[in-house]
Amino acid sequence: MTNVSTLDVDGVAAPPRANGELVFAEQWESRAFSLCMTLHESGAFEWDEFRVELIAAITSWEADASPGDTYSYYRCWLTALERVVVTKQLLASGAVDDRVEVLAARPAGYDHGHDHGHDHDHDHGHDHGDHH
Amino acid sequence: MSNELTVNDHIPIELRTEALEDLLVERGLVDRTVMDNFIKTYAQDVGPLNGAKVVAKAWTDPEFKERLLANGTTTVAELGFKGPQGEHIVVVENSDDLHNVIVCTLCSCYPWPLLGLPPSWYKDPVYRSRVVKEPRAVLAEMGLDLPDSQEVKVWDSSSEVRFFVLPQRPAGTEGMSEEDLVPLITRESMIGVALVAAP
Repeated sequence: MTNVSTLDVDGVAAPPRANGELVFAEQWESRAFSLCMTLHESGAFEWDEFRVELIAAITSWEADASPGDTYSYYRCWLTALERVVVTKQLLASGAVDDRVEVLAARPAGYDHGHDHGHDHDHDHGHDHGDHH
Repeated sequence: MSNELTVNDHIPIELRTEALEDLLVERGLVDRTVMDNFIKTYAQDVGPLNGAKVVAKAWTDPEFKERLLANGTTTVAELGFKGPQGEHIVVVENSDDLHNVIVCTLCSCYPWPLLGLPPSWYKDPVYRSRVVKEPRAVLAEMGLDLPDSQEVKVWDSSSEVRFFVLPQRPAGTEGMSEEDLVPLITRESMIGVALVAAP
């Protein structure tokens, strides 16, 4: 990649040449991306099964968007991934919503990077019940 | 972004992503080490440099170029460039008469092993819809004015076929080696929204 950083192109090629643009604008985008890639590589779904959902999510956003709405590709990506995960019965419908509620109830200032060992998942077999 | 959210707003997307990741990890369906490797690979290692190497080799090795245009996927695999989203790569060559530009009108199909992940503008609904309808205007807005004598072809990528543009070698680079040509070749020139400029 060192070659890329030395680019200094003039003329017509200059304006959009940003080879070094950040691939992910925010951290959650990279998590959503890699979750999908990891699951796909493990054989959990065919790429086209995901792509069909991705196209559906994008099409739906475009149909519903009001002027001025900011498009987020990775929001569509995450929606598509959630649908595939439920369709392939990797997670029950509603499981993500339930977990979001639990995460949202964490006290302010909670360290998101902290590897929390407690388990909210009732079918996981060893629910500690430490927050009930 | 997160500071635009209020308590009455939708669930922050960060939280949804975290919830999904936690659930999948707990069930043993994904491994965070594998996830981290994907991020490292695509955010840092795979970038347009692979594509630039392919272009520089095609400019300097006529036999390679012939194979590349005849069968993109197997020919780039000769250089070790393969992987997800690298199936069925079709290389389209620019000339004085023809300028090629790629898009994925439906989502974001793109030759990852050669160019890394697509830039944000490539995924944008505006680029995806407009470049098909008025490619010359869109290219001009991106800084590329093409002569009327040059035909413009727009190639719509899909999961079946991922297009890759072989840009024209700029005048004044005749004496340059393959290695020296590589840094001249930008990602945008291989998407077809820019030309390769001489050094």
